Amino acid sequence: MPTPSQTVGPFFGFALPFDADADAVPMGSPSVARIEGQVFDGANDVVRDALLEAWHDDQFARCRTDEEGAFHLTVRKPPAANGEAPFLNVAVFARGLLRHLPTRVYFPDEEDANATDRVLNRVDAARRHTLIAQPDGDVLRFDIHLQGESETVFFAL
Amino acid sequence: MAVKGVSDSEPDYEPPYLYPDYRATVLRVPKRPLVKLPEEWFHRTRGPVFGRIPIQRNDADLTRHHKGEPLGERIIVTGRVLDGDGAPVRNTLVEVWQANAAGRYIDPLDDHPAPLDPNFTGAGRCLTDYEGRYRFVTVKPGAYPWRNHPNAWRPAHIHFSLFGAELRSRLITQMYFPGDPLMSLDPMVQSIPDVRGRDLLVATLDLATTEPEWALGYRWDIVLRGSAATPFES
Repeated sequence: MPTPSQTVGPFFGFALPFDADADAVPMGSPSVARIEGQVFDGANDVVRDALLEAWHDDQFARCRTDEEGAFHLTVRKPPAANGEAPFLNVAVFARGLLRHLPTRVYFPDEEDANATDRVLNRVDAARRHTLIAQPDGDVLRFDIHLQGESETVFFAL
Repeated sequence: MAVKGVSDSEPDYEPPYLYPDYRATVLRVPKRPLVKLPEEWFHRTRGPVFGRIPIQRNDADLTRHHKGEPLGERIIVTGRVLDGDGAPVRNTLVEVWQANAAGRYIDPLDDHPAPLDPNFTGAGRCLTDYEGRYRFVTVKPGAYPWRNHPNAWRPAHIHFSLFGAELRSRLITQMYFPGDPLMSLDPMVQSIPDVRGRDLLVATLDLATTEPEWALGYRWDIVLRGSAATPFES
């Protein structure tokens, strides 16, 4: 039987972060995107002790949220593949999460591909926007709401 | 009381997301149903590639990260990482972190008034070998209080983080020590519905691992979901 999951707890900050952990690719590489966001709980308070991981193919980034519940990820936008819109896998770990929460980041400049994407089309149309990052100046904004009106779509493990 | 058959017991080995006895779950777990995707689209896709995470010499010996030796009971913790078919998960990253022997984390967020140990950080990494085996030398962590409910104490535990090959293999969990009476009082442990699932988180005292006159040995095997040998498209 698979070993059960337990929460990452609050005290991982001295252990799991590493140098340049949030940069899956160096800033300044071609087609780099900087994704910024905050994590919110059901009281709309920021979550200061979450850990995010994002990956696609060989890219991997890890970021702990800060005092403002904020995180950033530097990634190369993946190519569309297998008829799917480009996306990043994201896993959210935090105190209070006995199992982690998987979600995805899709890209706002891929309207056509997003409209026909098989995964996005499994998601209630009214909630699909929670998976699509929004342009915000030079960066992409992707907030994560664990609960509430704009609760992010998470996938079942 | 209904007795569940082995075939449908798997879900009961995992904690639910919402478990109000563990208070922090209440405002942090999604209230809407999680979206189910077909396994081949999602669970069987490639997991994170951890190659950028640095592993330093001595990372697996937490008693040698400073000039002197940490205080506490020196222990060896070892075991195998296996996939869902029982095959070894080779060359996968294992990350551990823990409190010191007094039950205090070096993490600045920990304000438990127990002493820090200048000779102990409490974080380690290693890669599994060809047999899927990992091995850490450390000190036994202490129990510590938390504010979940009045007089709440966490049983001694070591946090483990594992990757494996597939998206569904990723696991963060905690290893406990045999015979710890705090386990039956701990909402995190008790959140696992089936006692057999809770037992999977408990290491075994192992004299074959124990090094005489030096350190007690504990054995703890970890089983990751999915296959270690999945072929991935491109």
